[in-house]
Amino acid sequence: MRFHFKTTYDQDIRLFPDWWTFGLYAALLAVMLILPWLIDGFFLGEVTNVLIWAVAGLGLMLLTGQTGQVSLGHSAFMALGCYLCVILMEAGVPFVAAFVLCGILTGVLGAIIALPALRLHGVYLAIATLALAILADDLIVILTPWTGGVAGKFTPEMTILGFEINRWANPASWYYLVLIVAVLVALIYRNLLRSPLGRAFAAIRDSEISAQAMGVDVAHTKAVAFGLSCAFTGLGGALMGLYAGAFNNETFNFLLAIQLLMMIVIGGLGFIHGAFLGAIVIAFLPQALSILSDQFGRAMSIPGLEMGVFGMILIAFIILEPMGLYGRWMKIRIWLELFPFARRDMFRRQKSYLKTERLR
Amino acid sequence: MEFLQLLVSGLANGCVYGLVALGFVLIYKATEAVNFAQGDFMMLGAFVMLGLVNPQYMGINFWLAVPLALLIMGALGYLLDITVLRHMFGQSQTAIVILTIALGFVIRFIAGVIWGHEPVNLHSPLALGDMRAFGVVLSLADIAVIVVTVILTMLLWQFFQRTKLGLAMQASSQNQMAAYYMGIPVKRVQGAIWALAAIVACVAGILYASKGSLDISAGFIGIKAFAAAVIGGFGSLPGALMGGLIVGVIEPFASRYLPPGYSQIAPYVLLILVLIFRPHGLFAQVRTKKV
Repeated sequence: MRFHFKTTYDQDIRLFPDWWTFGLYAALLAVMLILPWLIDGFFLGEVTNVLIWAVAGLGLMLLTGQTGQVSLGHSAFMALGCYLCVILMEAGVPFVAAFVLCGILTGVLGAIIALPALRLHGVYLAIATLALAILADDLIVILTPWTGGVAGKFTPEMTILGFEINRWANPASWYYLVLIVAVLVALIYRNLLRSPLGRAFAAIRDSEISAQAMGVDVAHTKAVAFGLSCAFTGLGGALMGLYAGAFNNETFNFLLAIQLLMMIVIGGLGFIHGAFLGAIVIAFLPQALSILSDQFGRAMSIPGLEMGVFGMILIAFIILEPMGLYGRWMKIRIWLELFPFARRDMFRRQKSYLKTERLR
Repeated sequence: MEFLQLLVSGLANGCVYGLVALGFVLIYKATEAVNFAQGDFMMLGAFVMLGLVNPQYMGINFWLAVPLALLIMGALGYLLDITVLRHMFGQSQTAIVILTIALGFVIRFIAGVIWGHEPVNLHSPLALGDMRAFGVVLSLADIAVIVVTVILTMLLWQFFQRTKLGLAMQASSQNQMAAYYMGIPVKRVQGAIWALAAIVACVAGILYASKGSLDISAGFIGIKAFAAAVIGGFGSLPGALMGGLIVGVIEPFASRYLPPGYSQIAPYVLLILVLIFRPHGLFAQVRTKKV
């Protein structure tokens, strides 16, 4: 058991609370760096997929987990990021510049779109963003001259300083690209949370009215949160589209946004780890199901099985473990650390009563 | 004449949207939650009816099957509340939004397993025959949809205004704790509203299936019903019907007069515009929040 004797306020917002935690993350990073030598190409591809989902999930996590705004429309921003990136690359912009630029542009556009939408809260925002996600599909078809419409677009040749990134010829190159992006995004995210802006996000999540009373500009902060969230998700979308090799209007349909939301809930809302854990679940669930259906023969290979099972897992999590996988892990860890002093009621959900938002 | 024909078919479609939107509004009025699975409830109701009526399943007489299907769906709605939604009592809207989305996926999956993924037709006496009046062709189903919807909306509206249970529902949505103090069994009232919403969804489903073919993705019209409910203000029953009619009428006119590709986005553009300019619908109920 480790104790933290706090002697300065800085200790509360340090990137790593102590050397032990830092060591753990450093070890994890080291394992990730030598991973291409440990596993074969197929599993490396799966891990790449997990990291891509995690990057997109971190974007939504910033909005939903940190700021408390539900968005069902993040597939639209994934599409935006992906198309912007490819259009820039086709215009001759080098890959790295196009990639960074597409994130920034998606973020700015997201913040602009958010300005009217963020006057809404709760359910209304969810519905507005859902409409946005459905519109995105049709808009891509309408903007065929730029987007390729139904025929779609293909990944252009990607090079970084003359080094070619190719999924088929060199899976490790893609893996390292995605790993770097994921680590950078996670670092930015973590640093955001340590800043006044990150604390303003949390204040808005916990109570908009109290945040306002503490001097947080709610509308402004929400727009910034939406913009940053869209930027990260746009990067995730760009990676997803480029990794897939070809994409069209149906690649980023609104079910993707719902999957993204489900993913971060299963992982654990409000935790960086949650985005990664959720991504592991969402990437490996189809594999696990296909292994199961091999075991049980054709009886298990039912269309729609994946989403059905996913829905059931999600319902179980929301009812039994609303903090998600990471929340469960934290509870286990605390139980072990406090052993034998942990009490059962330590994590009891507070009893709450709902009041209407109308007719006040 | 073409104008009238478009108007009538739009109204009939709009009534189905309105009915699904009624389900949203019922649950929103009584529990302050939004049921994202309402469209899938409608789909399930239609399939329960199909399972009772169609000859390859049970083959019961249509008129006998209607109350039976309503009963089954009502029981399902109540069961769902006891088993799943009651655990969420007092939790935030956000959690319930995510929960009901997941519920929709599960319902779609189960319906797909039982009834398959091919489009099927309900053997409905409403599907046969049409009428001609003033040069407009009206199918029997369209007339039934409009009549049933109007009657149902009036009934539910009166139910909320006049009856004790209706008032109890409104009270428990406004302040759960205060409702408890007034002696309202809040949880049981919420169970009742979920049953009622499932029954309304079943009515919508039967009418929807009478109008055309049915498959398990039918629940996605719930998204258009959202537009209807939002336009109507989300807390108002007649508003939901009005919203449904507006969305329903806009659709055929958009597909007639707008270039292809633009027509199907019309309802969603309308939804976003309403949310931007009148965020709480045309029949607003929200005022500024006080601490």
